[in-house]
Amino acid sequence: MAEHAAVIGIGQTDFDAKRLDVSQVGLIREAAERALADAELDWKDIDAVVVGKAPDMFEGVMMPELFLAEALGGVGKPMLRVHTAGSVGGSTAIVAASLVQSGVHERVLTVAYEKQSESNAMWALSIKMPFTPTMVAGAGGFFAPLIRGYMERSGAPEDTGIRVALKDRLNALKNPVAHLKLPDVSFEMIQNSPMLWDPVRYLETCPSSDGACALVIGNEKHARAASNPPAWIHATNMKTEPTMFAGRDQVMPRAGLECSAELYKKAGISDPRKEIDCAEIYVPFSWFEPMWMENLHFAPLNQGWQMTYEGATALDGDLPVNMSGGVLSTNAIGASGMVRFAEAAMQVRGQAGEHQVDGAKKALGHAYGGGSQYFSMWIVADQPLQ
Amino acid sequence: MRDVAIVSYAQTPYVRSERHRNEVEMLMPIIDEVVTKSGITRQDIGFTCSGSTDYLAGQCFSFVMAVDAVGAWPPIKESHVEMDGAWALYEAWIKIQCGEVDSALIFSFGRSSMGETAETLTLQTDPYTMAPLGPDAISMAALQARSGLDAGLYSERDLAEVAARNRRNALTNPEAQLAGEFDVDALLEAPYRVSPLRDHDCPPVTDGAAAMVIATADVARNASSKPVWIRGIDHRLDCHQLGSRDLTRSPSTELAGQKAGVGTGKIDIAELHAPFTHQEIILKNALGLDDDVRINPSGGALAANPMMSAGLARIGEASRQIAGGAAERAVAHATSGPCLQQNLVCVLEG
Repeated sequence: MAEHAAVIGIGQTDFDAKRLDVSQVGLIREAAERALADAELDWKDIDAVVVGKAPDMFEGVMMPELFLAEALGGVGKPMLRVHTAGSVGGSTAIVAASLVQSGVHERVLTVAYEKQSESNAMWALSIKMPFTPTMVAGAGGFFAPLIRGYMERSGAPEDTGIRVALKDRLNALKNPVAHLKLPDVSFEMIQNSPMLWDPVRYLETCPSSDGACALVIGNEKHARAASNPPAWIHATNMKTEPTMFAGRDQVMPRAGLECSAELYKKAGISDPRKEIDCAEIYVPFSWFEPMWMENLHFAPLNQGWQMTYEGATALDGDLPVNMSGGVLSTNAIGASGMVRFAEAAMQVRGQAGEHQVDGAKKALGHAYGGGSQYFSMWIVADQPLQ
Repeated sequence: MRDVAIVSYAQTPYVRSERHRNEVEMLMPIIDEVVTKSGITRQDIGFTCSGSTDYLAGQCFSFVMAVDAVGAWPPIKESHVEMDGAWALYEAWIKIQCGEVDSALIFSFGRSSMGETAETLTLQTDPYTMAPLGPDAISMAALQARSGLDAGLYSERDLAEVAARNRRNALTNPEAQLAGEFDVDALLEAPYRVSPLRDHDCPPVTDGAAAMVIATADVARNASSKPVWIRGIDHRLDCHQLGSRDLTRSPSTELAGQKAGVGTGKIDIAELHAPFTHQEIILKNALGLDDDVRINPSGGALAANPMMSAGLARIGEASRQIAGGAAERAVAHATSGPCLQQNLVCVLEG
């Protein structure tokens, strides 16, 4: 890299099913202003803006970053709009980081959002196209068979998913901005919730949320001058593979395996389970925690479920996962990847409040999208990469 | 900054309607062509970035299928912007500046024929205050054209001359959609489409795709007999509300042009992404181009306006002029949004 880059400001909206008190403009302003306040910067200090969100049809606005230009302080500045399916929030942060790492800009604001209440994502995902099967079952209908495939391969106990959901929902109670909070959540409550897409129960799936996440990314000079601690970006990576062909393993995608292996190499990590203190990863359906533990090389193949079962991924485990409550508790789709990246940064800045992992120095942020085919990841730490 | 060059460029023939090919089928031949011509193997291309919009395909995640045109196996480093391919080029250029990769494939695509483009673009406006009023893209451009006429910056005859010149230039471009000799007096006798714009002031509806390979100096010199160097690239944004803007100017183009270094040397040709005749004049003024600069030898967006590729095509067409020896230094421009809201400027040299 030409330049070191670090997260020097983080802002998230309060997430909810319907943020009827704000427009899309108000939503992104809430996140961006919180990030600027955290960075102790003003709009004029920002060189460029990078916006991310999932399909435009989710709100019914084509390239909405154009009408958000004024609200994001983008007038007279370069503005980019990223869209890489569900991984978009992560990819957007990576593009923003690259504007700093390249030496082209010094301080970049990046914002990712979704306002699902202004439309219906299930409808937007279910348009009948000629010569293609419709996906009227939403994303869960696509991913449930992959989970079935994992269960068969690994022999994981059937209640693994319930245990993941219980952990994430308990973590969400410690996160002031999380959307779905169930104070009396229990194993039985999740187990008895309706089966939506066998084996995924209602309480093992993510909600539909309104919300936004913003980051300010600065170069080394600005990171060292900041009064709040920076989260140094050690490595980023993105990887894509096609949706379907006969040789593809959709349960354990090669793009994810290679993306994380390359990421660790760039960050100088040889044993990720030991060297990474916590991980915030994209788990929209409970079972994806054990699947991604294997895909991210934290556990051997077919043994990821043991980490959940043994409590290794709990807030007090040896590799806490989804300390924020995860996508299972908050899912403003376009923002979800960036929220993962932001949580990793908050942890190494010691900023995570009740869901802080003691002494977290190095953390992973992860997002995926499409048919388990788009991956974006970063490693952040409390010190710059040597 | 690392020196980066365009090593190959290709585009589909631009047509009113691609009736028999889907997006992947449009892309495969041109991606194959630019990769083959680059001399870099698919496996060695460091990064891939595309530009497109779901609102042309009428389908969420429409860019996902385009991955099939690349041959993304083993998995590739890849990204996508919901913007014209010119901005995909910018993201790829940044990736190379980071030192992470030494080459990149860029492509963009769109089939405007599947919907009503001018009305689809209404959905680009503020959904709370502007879109409910239903301004279509041609009506908004007409407001802009009128403001320039009122300010005395050009006449309707000047606009007809822009149309006639672009479509005459297109006669030498086999991939252009609209080409021919047009008499300016005859053009001016046509009725208004949306006053003060006549049909000849507006772009055609075009289906098409474009692809490009760029690389660092070492790779480019080995790969191409005539690399075309990207000497400057910058993009800027104006505010969205038309009522808050001076529509007779393009401040974001002026700024991007300064940052990209347009004025630091003589410009031989310019490829300007001006879908409407009056916009070419606004852009020429914004970039400070002399009268001896040849504008749009390809015919520009008035000869073919493939949504999401028309900007990347300007850069590609300018690079062809340099690679072919017709120019030493060129400026290429891409636009997005109502009335030239967002603009990218790229300076190329042989």
